[in-house]
Amino acid sequence: MKTMRGRFLPRISRRAFMQGSAAAVGISFAGSAGRSWSAEEKRLNVYNWDTYIGETTLGTFNARTGIVVQYDLYADNEELFAKLKEGNPGYDVIVPSDYMVEDMLALNMLTPLDHSKIPNIRHLDGAFTNPAYDPGMKHSVPYMWGTIGLGYRKSKVDGPLVSWADVFEPERAKRYSGRIAYLGDMRAVLGCALKYLGYGMNTTNASEIAKARDLLIATKPHIKTFAEDNGQDLLLSGEVDITMEWSGDIAAVMEEDDDLTYVVPQEGSNVWVDNLCIPTGAPHPENAHNFINFVHDVDVHMEIANTIYFATPNKDAKDRMPAEYTENPAVFAPQEVLKNCEALLSVGEHTRLYDEAWTAIQAS
Amino acid sequence: MEDWRKNKGAFAIFLGPASFWLLLFFVIPLILVWVYSFGERGPQGQTYLALSFENYLRAIEPIHLGIMLKSIWIGAISTAVCLVVGFPVAMGIAFAPSRWKNPLLLIVVLPFFTNLLIRTYAWIAVLRTRGFLNFGLEWVHEKANWLFALAGFPAALGEFVPLELLYNQYAVVIGLVYVHLPFLILPLYATLEKLDRSYLEASLDLGAGQWRTFFSVLVPLVMPGIVSGALLVFILSMGNFLVPDLLGGTDSLMIGNLIAREYGAARDWPFGSALSFMIMYPVFIFFVINAMVARYRTRRRAEV
Repeated sequence: MKTMRGRFLPRISRRAFMQGSAAAVGISFAGSAGRSWSAEEKRLNVYNWDTYIGETTLGTFNARTGIVVQYDLYADNEELFAKLKEGNPGYDVIVPSDYMVEDMLALNMLTPLDHSKIPNIRHLDGAFTNPAYDPGMKHSVPYMWGTIGLGYRKSKVDGPLVSWADVFEPERAKRYSGRIAYLGDMRAVLGCALKYLGYGMNTTNASEIAKARDLLIATKPHIKTFAEDNGQDLLLSGEVDITMEWSGDIAAVMEEDDDLTYVVPQEGSNVWVDNLCIPTGAPHPENAHNFINFVHDVDVHMEIANTIYFATPNKDAKDRMPAEYTENPAVFAPQEVLKNCEALLSVGEHTRLYDEAWTAIQAS
Repeated sequence: MEDWRKNKGAFAIFLGPASFWLLLFFVIPLILVWVYSFGERGPQGQTYLALSFENYLRAIEPIHLGIMLKSIWIGAISTAVCLVVGFPVAMGIAFAPSRWKNPLLLIVVLPFFTNLLIRTYAWIAVLRTRGFLNFGLEWVHEKANWLFALAGFPAALGEFVPLELLYNQYAVVIGLVYVHLPFLILPLYATLEKLDRSYLEASLDLGAGQWRTFFSVLVPLVMPGIVSGALLVFILSMGNFLVPDLLGGTDSLMIGNLIAREYGAARDWPFGSALSFMIMYPVFIFFVINAMVARYRTRRRAEV
């Protein structure tokens, strides 16, 4: 979800991890007889999105605690889910998004957190401490958040974009025919079209979804491609001039090209939160708590935010960040737009409505 | 040489590991997927085992059949292009002086040493609006314009308009042909290599022209190689989802993409399994008919 690299870079550490976790199981098994939890072996298996951590984070953690982190990467929530669906293969910390936390909770895939071991959650902004998908943060601690919006090339677009109409309304999109890319993500694209039509992003009303589908089918001739998480590259290389993308991805290319900018359309969009969680059956829960606490240490967190350029829920860290981060529209969407935004929720068995609409759009 | 039928022990020793491998990693997973295809999707995307034909009913809805037909069509076009491009290459290698054969074969196989993803991404860099191909064309255009200007016709060709080469079905076919070409060249080369050249000489000696010899003698003789190569390319192209994902436009959805989505974002493994088996049933039926025809033929031959 976060970057193109996220999806396609070979996962170099996979084999090393398998060996590591096999050894880990053996050692912790042998060690558990005499020692207590706190004497957990100095290992931690983290499973995170690619390009989603600071450059020095893991090294600093190792230097402070002596814990060796085995760091694995995934590209989207579904990959994470598929990996853990039939049982935890040995991960201690995972970073699912909001709706995925909800699904994982329904399937008992997450361990309750002991807040006394994560004192740094006091740094969190109050707006994030009681999320709808996990009331009271009992199983999850917000890590980073962001939005879906439009990244575009200012010099190639008539005036600043403010509405989804420019990419969803056939008559308006015609002006940019062949220069627009959508995300290749069914819930994201249909969800934004639903927002544009004034419906909820998580609707299970078949006729509303059908209207969004028909709108997208009508606009499709003007769309160049459904970007496989590489919309920011298409924008940067001049392949398209407008792309629907995740906020932080556009923030990254804005660093490289001043002509690019990002907007969350006024009708509202998706606001998502990724969360640090401990999956059921984690071999090192103690170290995992330690790591989650470490990530929200103000200095550590600032370094992460400064590297990945997603919005932080850590208020104390944000307050100390430079204006180019805190005032960046591609990192923090303006409040008046944000209030129209919605989190994606799990739609359970209604997923099929979205799936079929998406197939119809792509096959038309 | 002793017939293997007479030495069953040794035969079993050699066949054992391979059969075990096939059973463990091919037959059992396949049966599992088949069982899934009658299952049901739970609200969180769990796979519940059941005996429901719902997934198959969904799979034969017009929209899904349409996607399958389109995949077959794209697969067929890619196979045809592969044949046209690959046949001369295979012939060239087979008829080349023997010291050239190995280096030439190496060139054909060489791309396999690079990851498929990297190679597909490379095509993006070649085909995109500001890609290498368009840069090349622009250069030619510029020089031509300069020549026209020298001849007294300034700006005769006008502004260069880059070609839209990426994100359409052509790009998908180009990608599929590129990826699968070696799968056609290699079996075809193997057949051509074994071919008895005297047939061709006889044909030419007896007055048939080059074309006549090619189509009436060579092609029928290497038909087994053509069929196996084409079948490989067709099956691999039809089921590919990476190439349409990366090079395709908004209408490049193929059956492989749909199955990948059902196993991924839609979390509907039962439906994904049913879709997979919708492709496999015709193949099974084909093999059964093939076996029956073969048996019928041998019986008839025995009777004669």
